[in-house]
Amino acid sequence: MGCSAFSKKNMKTKILLPFTIVSFLFIFFILYVGLNRSNIYIPETVTNEKIPTFKVKVFNSEKELTSKEIFENDIYYLLNIWASWCIPCRDEHPYLMELKKNKKLEIVGLNYKDKVKNANNFLNELNNPYTLILSDTDGTIAIEWGAYGVPETFLIYNGKIIKKIIGPMNNNLFKEIERAVK
Amino acid sequence: MASLIGSYSLFFSLGFSVLILFFSFKNLKNTINFDNKLLSLTFLQLLFIILSFFGLIIAFINSDFSNSTVFNHSHTTKPLFYKISGTWGNHEGSLLLWLLVLTLFIFLFLISSKKQPKKYRVLTLLFQQIIIIGFLIFLIQTSNPFAQIYPVPSEGLGLNPILQDPALAIHPPILYLGYVGSSIIFSSVLAASSTNYISKEWAKHIKQWILISWIFLTLGILLGSIWAYYELGWGGFWFWDPVENVSLMPWLALTTLFHCVLVLEKKLLLTSWVVILSIATFTLSMSGTFLVRSGILNSVHTFANDPERGLYILIFLFTLIFLSLFVFFFFHKTDGQNNTSFFWLSKETSILINNWFMMYFLAVVLIGTIYPIFLDVLTSQKISVGPPFYHKLIIPFLIPFLLAMAIGPKLNWIKSNLQNKSHLLLLFAISLILSFLIIRILEISFLVNTILFTSAFYLFFITLRDFFIKGFKNLAQNIAHFGFSLLILSILFNNFLSSEVITNLKVGETYKSDELTINFEKIEKIKKQNFEAIIGKFNVKSDNELVDILKPELRIYNQPNIVTSEADIKTNLLSDKFMTMNLVQNQEYFNIRYQIKPFMIWIWFSVIIISFGGLFSFFKKKYEN
Repeated sequence: MGCSAFSKKNMKTKILLPFTIVSFLFIFFILYVGLNRSNIYIPETVTNEKIPTFKVKVFNSEKELTSKEIFENDIYYLLNIWASWCIPCRDEHPYLMELKKNKKLEIVGLNYKDKVKNANNFLNELNNPYTLILSDTDGTIAIEWGAYGVPETFLIYNGKIIKKIIGPMNNNLFKEIERAVK
Repeated sequence: MASLIGSYSLFFSLGFSVLILFFSFKNLKNTINFDNKLLSLTFLQLLFIILSFFGLIIAFINSDFSNSTVFNHSHTTKPLFYKISGTWGNHEGSLLLWLLVLTLFIFLFLISSKKQPKKYRVLTLLFQQIIIIGFLIFLIQTSNPFAQIYPVPSEGLGLNPILQDPALAIHPPILYLGYVGSSIIFSSVLAASSTNYISKEWAKHIKQWILISWIFLTLGILLGSIWAYYELGWGGFWFWDPVENVSLMPWLALTTLFHCVLVLEKKLLLTSWVVILSIATFTLSMSGTFLVRSGILNSVHTFANDPERGLYILIFLFTLIFLSLFVFFFFHKTDGQNNTSFFWLSKETSILINNWFMMYFLAVVLIGTIYPIFLDVLTSQKISVGPPFYHKLIIPFLIPFLLAMAIGPKLNWIKSNLQNKSHLLLLFAISLILSFLIIRILEISFLVNTILFTSAFYLFFITLRDFFIKGFKNLAQNIAHFGFSLLILSILFNNFLSSEVITNLKVGETYKSDELTINFEKIEKIKKQNFEAIIGKFNVKSDNELVDILKPELRIYNQPNIVTSEADIKTNLLSDKFMTMNLVQNQEYFNIRYQIKPFMIWIWFSVIIISFGGLFSFFKKKYEN
């Protein structure tokens, strides 16, 4: 009995201990690397990737549009995925309001997994930068775009994605978009 | 002068730490009795930390801007109350508060544990000293609250206005008593494991410390939540913000730990659970400190970013983790407990089930909080995890959790049967019918909500019945569980019955809808000590012809120059009326947000009931002893 208890203890130590130590070392490593990273979001540039084709409901209405109809004109489009519950979306909102003033650019919002009431409140409170808002209640359209979460922004020209911004916009990215659209 | 004394006191405390270490080792080897020199040294260390803390408070009161902490966080025109609360409203000062609580608790531990074995007491002191030394060096090296500035500035930078609030002034001390209080549990469990003293007596003794931490942590979280509710002006009370999550995680661990210790005290079971949870509670508190102060997370209210500080806490944190792993794997004895199997229908089984649920909730919050960091490091992807994640993963699992909370305490230890339990079925039927009616009236989606309401009502009725049937037996547990059912019910009703109006109005205008009219009567400007207030006066008339006067405020602080929006809240037993007003840029319009939030006060009240359950348990044990 004493012997079996001993071997049990031994087993526990032999397997569990290295496993636990390795797991914690892994966590330490991740946190250590994370610490030295800047908190500024780095944009990922995707050049000349075609926009996905899809059909989507317009926010606050029953109308349905296809991706072709939405991005048909010969101007730049900015597709911004947002939600009222997303706090970083509030941070980037002033940039979108600034970009709205740019006549060569049209901002299309994709309202992601949101309640209509909350989304409307969000826009009432912070103003509406979008010329058109699409509604993605179940999040499938965002998947079509290969989005990771909210907020995410795509700069589109001639049916192609020129630039993809993961996470909220910041001053540098804002200027970059202004330059690209010029 | 006060700064100077405070600064030197820190070094003296470090000196006492070395002395305590030395005499502890000596005491462990040689004598049979606890060396009272250790008690005196601990007291002196506490005294010097208090001296240092008061040194900082005095520097704040005198607006001594030669001290960089005071310069960065205070201002001469700030009211005295906020000058004092500014002491712990910043990184350096709050760490000093950590140290104060660390030393205070170990001193209280030593004077209240005289009946415990000598070796266990000395080792607890030793482990606690390791933590204290770690924090002392951290404080002196990277975040000295007494750093000097020369030449002395004539004016300070001021305290962030959203921190100038009575609830937030007492929130950190209360929360830290909970956070740091768990350090005693940590040190004690390591000491008890090393000396093979995990026993019923130990459980009885450590239970009191768990309760103290738990009560303060509960109240601390409550205060933070109340503050967020009226100061941040969003009308919510929980945002799943990383800073909130890091206070919730130790709470979940601590609550689970408390239930395990009950089993340990009665049946000498679940020892490994107790050891691991005791370690986890304090490590989670420390991880919280790391996440909040290192700048690794983006959050609404993190402290200033500083990777150097982050690195120090990270290394220190993992040193403690590996130290406890070492103790756990090489000293903790599990023999003789594994062969006791649990009967499926017993109190300990139900506690074990609830443990797993709590661990699940803890895992959800932990993953939601730190997964973005992992993903970022490993794949350079940025994601933000929002409330939908937590709600989807937590809400469905609340149902079996609530049911287990209702039925579990009805079972006996070891083995029970379900005879004479017809009232359990009756109350369930009542809850089901009541929920069904409520869902019908509220016209909300059906299945999950009905079951959720049913299980919450079930716990509510069962605990309510016990107040009458059982009287004082298990009263503490009953109060806490009753409070929890009330909390869930209040949150549910609050969630489903809230309504809101958002509109832009200018002075003199009136907003009309079917249910209410809002009249923007006038605006006033008032000059206060360190801010200028713009107060709007609104007459809100609801369908029952009652007129409420609401006066939301905009405050323009002088230093730092920040505009904050102060909600005006009319509270009564049934609902809160909540109004905020914001400037619309370059226009004479104001953005008005009017919310009716039912049962708000019950959310706060039920958390107070929950902590009262803990308090009752604490004093009951004292009385029995």
